[in-house]
Amino acid sequence: MGFWLLRRLGQIIPTLLILSVLIFALQQLMPGDPALILAGEERGDPAVLAQIRAELFLDRPIWEQYGRWLWRVLHGDLGFSWRIREPVATLILQKLPVTLQLGGMAFVIACCIGIPLGVLSAVYKGRWPDVLVNAVALAGISTPNFWLGIMLILLVSVHLGWLPPSGYVPLSEDVWQSLATTIMPAFVLGNAISAVLMRHTRAAMLNALSQDYVRTARAKGLGERVVVLKHALRNALVPVVTLGAIELGRLLAGAVLTEQIFTIPGFGKLIVDAVFNRDYPVVQGVVMVVAVVTVLLALVADILYLLVNPRLRHA
Amino acid sequence: MSGESPARRAFRQFFRHWLAVFGLAVVVAFALAAVLAPWVAPYDPLQTSWSLVRKAPSAAHWFGTDENGRDVLARVIYGARASLMAGVVAVSLAGLIGVPLGLLAGLAGGWVETIISRVADAMLAVPFLILAIALAAFLGPALENAMLAIAITASPVFARLARGMALEAKNTDWAEAARAMGNPPWRLALLHVLPNIIPPLMVQATLSIAEAIIAEASLSFLGLGQQPPSPSWGSMLNSAQRFLTQAPWMAIYPGLAIFLVVLAFNLVGDGLRDALDPRSQKR
Repeated sequence: MGFWLLRRLGQIIPTLLILSVLIFALQQLMPGDPALILAGEERGDPAVLAQIRAELFLDRPIWEQYGRWLWRVLHGDLGFSWRIREPVATLILQKLPVTLQLGGMAFVIACCIGIPLGVLSAVYKGRWPDVLVNAVALAGISTPNFWLGIMLILLVSVHLGWLPPSGYVPLSEDVWQSLATTIMPAFVLGNAISAVLMRHTRAAMLNALSQDYVRTARAKGLGERVVVLKHALRNALVPVVTLGAIELGRLLAGAVLTEQIFTIPGFGKLIVDAVFNRDYPVVQGVVMVVAVVTVLLALVADILYLLVNPRLRHA
Repeated sequence: MSGESPARRAFRQFFRHWLAVFGLAVVVAFALAAVLAPWVAPYDPLQTSWSLVRKAPSAAHWFGTDENGRDVLARVIYGARASLMAGVVAVSLAGLIGVPLGLLAGLAGGWVETIISRVADAMLAVPFLILAIALAAFLGPALENAMLAIAITASPVFARLARGMALEAKNTDWAEAARAMGNPPWRLALLHVLPNIIPPLMVQATLSIAEAIIAEASLSFLGLGQQPPSPSWGSMLNSAQRFLTQAPWMAIYPGLAIFLVVLAFNLVGDGLRDALDPRSQKR
């Protein structure tokens, strides 16, 4: 197991290195000269431009720029925001708890919708509940996140007046207010993943229900409810939970538009504002962090899978 | 066995799937609306009118009018152009980038394969939309750039698929026979591997178009795609958000259009998979 873990870690390093090259290369796509953007009013002054270029090492060869950039990133320095004049890492750390709260709630909601529906659909395979659940899942996958958000605001906030349409209250300030401001966006975010979780659950349950131990449990005369919920579901949840961990990366992507619609000051809003303000270091930093988090989540998923499935531990 | 050809059987299977047929019908309807927009749309999508600002749906304006008095139905019809074009062009481009690289990786092996697969893995590590937003942001806001960004983001999926199929094909008896007869590798790739991977590629392409259409709408919603005043469903939703209380119809119809088209492509993709992949026929 230790050896396996080392090899798995060894696989991650080249992936992260290539990612760093790709993300650094993004800069080169940028139209125009960053020094001109940064100089602002003083863009006509060649001395100012030269100074900015020297400060940012823009006058050095490209590989040296990459080396310096990577060195700083490895030390947790993601550069300075051009607009807010603050370190990108600080900005990201400030926004992260908001997105984590949203993502956590979304994941819980997704599990609460996706897993029971998946079980239902597997138990009634081929009959109307299965067809209905699959239709709901397909509709869920096909609905653009941001449109669902807008429609929910229209229904719940504008028509019914039950929840505030936008804004955010931190958990530390007022738990109920915080939940009231995040439940809708969390539902929107969870919706897309619940469909995926439902499909995973259905497949895993169908597999589990065809196993010998389920036949044994039935033969013992156990009730169908016990067989399904205790014997089959427990085993089926193993792949579902690990696949679910990978889906968390998708949550981060979904958060971009969802936070924009509900004006929640999280990670997604940070990258969108940065895109609007042409604040490229922030865009780069956010993409880097999301990529690293996604790669690590995949690793966690693999380890989890190994831990909960003892049969694989010695393989 | 009957004398039916595989293509004919696939065709028959596809049409037995009434949901897939429904999806195809919706796709065709939207494609026709996009192509025939100047004749189908009831009004000019760019024609503003101060007397018609944010009017509710009526007999004259079925989907209502927007904040500049433009007809929402006309804009939804013209918006199909941006969405469908973005979907089809971006995915074709993604296939043109990804498939040759994947075939190369699978057939060449060695360090070529390592580099190509590693880069594909790295790109797949970044969530689709985040990578597309980052690329589009650095390329600059324009529909062409959004399509390019989506194409680049979607290409590793095709590379991975093509590589897997090439690896599988490389070790079959018929590939061995083709090699033994002195066929060069590129000939093997073009004449023997490519025809075999077309069915799974078609399935992937259809599902990718659905994803690309959502991505284009998302980028346009963020102002990174189609630029105003040209209509696109994503940017229509963006402006609709500001008038949600006064003019909800501005938000309902463009979103419904995205939903229908994406649903249709997903249905066609699922139907194609059932028809083309004999292994997935569990039903």
